[in-house]
Amino acid sequence: MNAVPEDPGAKLGARSLVAALAGVLFALGLGLAGMTQPAKVVGFLNVSGDWDPSLAFVMGGAAITFGICYRLILRRPAPVLDLSFQMPAAAEVDWQLVGGSALFGLGWGLGGFCPGPGVVSLASGGQGALVFAGTMLLGMGAFKLWKDRVDSSTGDDGQEETQEQESVQG
Amino acid sequence: MVLRYDGMENFTPLASTLGGVTIGLAAATLLLFNGRIAGISGVLGGLFGASGGDRTWRLSFLAGLLVGGMALLAFAPEVYVDTLQLPLWGLALSGLMVGIGTRMGGGCTSGHGVCGLPRLSKRSFVAVGVFMFTGCLASWVSMNWILGGAS
Repeated sequence: MNAVPEDPGAKLGARSLVAALAGVLFALGLGLAGMTQPAKVVGFLNVSGDWDPSLAFVMGGAAITFGICYRLILRRPAPVLDLSFQMPAAAEVDWQLVGGSALFGLGWGLGGFCPGPGVVSLASGGQGALVFAGTMLLGMGAFKLWKDRVDSSTGDDGQEETQEQESVQG
Repeated sequence: MVLRYDGMENFTPLASTLGGVTIGLAAATLLLFNGRIAGISGVLGGLFGASGGDRTWRLSFLAGLLVGGMALLAFAPEVYVDTLQLPLWGLALSGLMVGIGTRMGGGCTSGHGVCGLPRLSKRSFVAVGVFMFTGCLASWVSMNWILGGAS
């Protein structure tokens, strides 16, 4: 079906439209799920307190749904609007994966926002969401600067590969 | 101030499951049409240094999140009720840790959790285990120390 190679740029408009629609759907799901309520998130993570198990249902519902779709979708040779599927290539567990995830968890449990709800909540105009999203982007930019510097000083030519891996996860 | 959070009173299994299914469908949409994994921190973090079509779809996704957020504000403003009331310095610290941590760890709740676990990625299983554990620790600190009072 998609056997004829074509310029992926030609479908840029369609891909952007789909990305926007997926973003809208994602945001509505987060809102419905309760993920935009920091107290609910912290109430889930704080298992020592009066526990609210709701978020286990969010993760379960999302992972099962995506898991089924994922297996069906990957039967196709290529996505509808692009030449190939871009999957995370990294396979090994390293200190950055563990350290970064540990740091992310600390921030998530402290403030109750993970990246998606943090961005969606910007629409509420709330000061807290603005501070969270602003400092989150600052952290992402700072890490990118540090990473580029380390990669160039060590002469690591695997930078492009690493970027590709990181850009498709998260 | 002692934060009283009544877990069972706020338990929403049906809405949370439906919300989760919606999130899963959104991620599946991006995969089916664009061949991309819908990891929010990856889409956002990839904006730094991105150009051309790569930047365009990332910005479009981001715009979609904001439009969805505005729709929620218009039709269901209660989703933004923030009873946590964390001081702003706490949110700033939290934002920095989430920003750096998700990029260093290559993913967040969506990329490693929603997408990585069903893909049976070893990295994602490790990441989710680690961030759930440290998340539990930090939520305890947040509830009992910053917001004051033991539960």
